Amino acid sequence: VAQQTLQQPFSEVPRDACRAPAVGRSRRRGGPDETAAARRSLRAQIAKLERDLADTLLTCFDHASVDLAAAVAEGGAGSGAAAPRLLTLSELERQRDDLARRVVTARQRLSERATVHERNRIRLERMLLAPGHHKFERIANRDLGLGGCGVWQVRPRLGLVGMLAGWWEVKLSSGCP
Amino acid sequence: MAPAGMSGPPDRPSPEAAPGDGPQLRRGWIDAPVADEFPQLALVECDLELPGDRRSSRGVRDQLAMLSNRHRGATALALRREPVAGAYRIFFRHIGLEPDVTRTPVEAAVLERLLRGGFVSRGLLEDALLLAVVHTSVPVWALDAEPLEGRLGIRAARDDERLGRAVTAPLIGAGRLVVADERSPLAVLFGAIGPGHEVSRDTRRAVLFSVQVAGVPFIHVDEALWVASSTINPS
Repeated sequence: VAQQTLQQPFSEVPRDACRAPAVGRSRRRGGPDETAAARRSLRAQIAKLERDLADTLLTCFDHASVDLAAAVAEGGAGSGAAAPRLLTLSELERQRDDLARRVVTARQRLSERATVHERNRIRLERMLLAPGHHKFERIANRDLGLGGCGVWQVRPRLGLVGMLAGWWEVKLSSGCP
Repeated sequence: MAPAGMSGPPDRPSPEAAPGDGPQLRRGWIDAPVADEFPQLALVECDLELPGDRRSSRGVRDQLAMLSNRHRGATALALRREPVAGAYRIFFRHIGLEPDVTRTPVEAAVLERLLRGGFVSRGLLEDALLLAVVHTSVPVWALDAEPLEGRLGIRAARDDERLGRAVTAPLIGAGRLVVADERSPLAVLFGAIGPGHEVSRDTRRAVLFSVQVAGVPFIHVDEALWVASSTINPS
């Protein structure tokens, strides 16, 4: 079981693949060797998930993604009083499941954020192509997944004259106070 | 006598055989149930004579300043993907610690640097341990050598055991992983040192120890202990 689960992607591992076999189910199952193998497998999965979580956090981290970083870390808030100890099989399973949930949550948020950024980039391109159709629209660099606090804005050239004459342009303001 | 079933990592050279001019390293014992669970876990220790003057030299303070400039927010965030620092994060999870709550030693040091604006000098020993962990990502601790009996090791605490041998020593919960000598627990693994076992102003001899986990090459542990001991005794 351990070898099989180690070779499979996490998402394909059956939910109860590494659960301790019920005592007495058969002579071969549930023995110390199999339990030890299950524990090894769970520890390997936890290690992989921890690396995945770190990768996800660093992939998404920019000036606009602090909330996502917090989401990645939020799962551990309840286990502050933990002490170092040898975990039981069920504790290892809970640890693995909690990490898996956090990886999935982080990836979902990353995906949602990427979709929003993509949509905003297309909108910005349209603003640049036809500023007159997007009067006074604004897109912040933050909403494009970029650092800094610049803001793209469609404004009339020469103020009131441009507004009356239909001369529109896209300007990037610093956005910083 | 070390506890029965003492064990160490089978796939690496014994620290006693480590060449070089560094400190004489000894491998501590790992109690059998812990070694079964973590075959690559090791404790490495060495002796250290402490000088009378415990103030950090200018060179040590300069090193801390240099490291302060090198470690910024991005470095702190990227630490978790570095192999050695990441290995300690994974080990923390394996022993039930949440590394985003109970920080690994190197992450705690770098986080403190961010909060304080720099690595703050606190005395020669503290600075030496800080330099070791920041340079190598491998934590090093120091214990007063006088009350120790035998070699150090790692085991699970038993019922009604206390952290240290002082009268005021707090009880430790059974099953908690501790660093112990052959008589009693001295420190929680990756945690507090028991009262009476810290290095004090009167301490003349100390024992430095480090914990090697899976994914950390022995040379990093060797380097960490060497950095700490050579900072304290440069000659």
